[in-house]
Amino acid sequence: MTEKILRLPCKSEDIATLEAGDHVLICGKLYTGRDAAHKRIAASLANGEVSPIPLEGQGIYYVGPCKKDGKIVSAGPTTSYRMDKYAPALYEAGVLVTVGKGDRSEEVYEAIKRRGGAYLAAIGGAGAIYAQAIKSASVVAYEDLGTEAAHLFEVENFPAIVAIDSRGNSIFKR
Amino acid sequence: MREIEYEKIAEAVEGLTSACVRLTPSAEAALRRAAECESCPAAKYALETLLVNAALAKRESLPVCQDTGMACVFVKLGQDVRIVGGLLTDAINEGVRRGYARRGFRASVLDPITRVNTGDNTPAIVHIELVEGDKLQLAFLPKGFGSENMSKLYMLPPSAGLEGVMDAVTDAVKAAGANPCPPIIVGVGIGGTAERAMLTAKEQLLRDVGEPSKDETLAKMERELLERINALGIGAQGFGGGNTALAVHIGKHPTHIASLPVAVNIQCNAARLERTVL
Repeated sequence: MTEKILRLPCKSEDIATLEAGDHVLICGKLYTGRDAAHKRIAASLANGEVSPIPLEGQGIYYVGPCKKDGKIVSAGPTTSYRMDKYAPALYEAGVLVTVGKGDRSEEVYEAIKRRGGAYLAAIGGAGAIYAQAIKSASVVAYEDLGTEAAHLFEVENFPAIVAIDSRGNSIFKR
Repeated sequence: MREIEYEKIAEAVEGLTSACVRLTPSAEAALRRAAECESCPAAKYALETLLVNAALAKRESLPVCQDTGMACVFVKLGQDVRIVGGLLTDAINEGVRRGYARRGFRASVLDPITRVNTGDNTPAIVHIELVEGDKLQLAFLPKGFGSENMSKLYMLPPSAGLEGVMDAVTDAVKAAGANPCPPIIVGVGIGGTAERAMLTAKEQLLRDVGEPSKDETLAKMERELLERINALGIGAQGFGGGNTALAVHIGKHPTHIASLPVAVNIQCNAARLERTVL
């Protein structure tokens, strides 16, 4: 099994070489957001405000981590379809990569193709493994949301599979 | 009357929350069998990752999955027991509160209207059944909601028959697709009222993974449904292959002449469960 390194943030050119089914190791920055944070970011964008987390060229990981004494101890993906309502606006605003689990809606496939982005799958239920790849974590917005706050993870060799590539090819049976 | 102290119950429940750092032995064994027989490479990778994760979590006492669930507690209370020092449900919530805080498990519970988090993963969902004797039995099932969200209730007409039941369960699993973190364990409750059917379905998740029903008809349905579900091709994490489900567990309850209720409650691959008796 060969793995490609994906450094985040990145450019569309970096994503274009990825194909559905490829194994990647993510290095660099991953911002987190799940249901509640997405609702707020989408509201900000709809109101013409600036998102409190940077979006251009960034990756967003759908996760609500477990923390013990400030350290992330488990951080696997949550189910992505719940973010489908918000994802097209985020890709439109500059996001290139989302990381989660499960298939996406037609609207998200279209948004990914338009943007030249990608959707990566991590393995749901393997939270302890992913925590090992997170070298540091801090809350960057919405601290009141607890686990649902937007975090910045600095990751090293975070394993994922390209689930939807920039051409809209998918690993899921459709 | 045998007395059991509030504090003893809180302590016991606090201990039970450690369930979140390990898969049940039967779930881990079923995952291992699935990994060995899987031929689809991406699905095999997913299954092997889950096994490595389970070993890491157990060794380092880390949550197997970051969704440490809503705390579902099934109580069998001997009717010769008297709880002293406080309410049984309060004691259970106290144990959940302490266990989750101490071990760094996630606070995942909030008000459904305001969406404000309670901050300590309480309240637990507590089901109490009165039974004979002077013991207090506790089963702790931390239930993740990727799978819980895929629950389905069908109030079928009696004319649907057993074939209708099989179709309903298959449809529920098909509709769930990759979302509930397959390979899953499918809990099915047939009969009763709407809420009884759903509770029966959830109670089936307390069985050892793959342990057949003692009822011969139900056991046969379990086998046939597992085959049908694994022929759907959803596979581990939705990556394809032959391991969409590890097991189907069916329970039944008498129902009304007008109905054939079928409830489906799905357990994700992170099957965690601990029990104790006081």
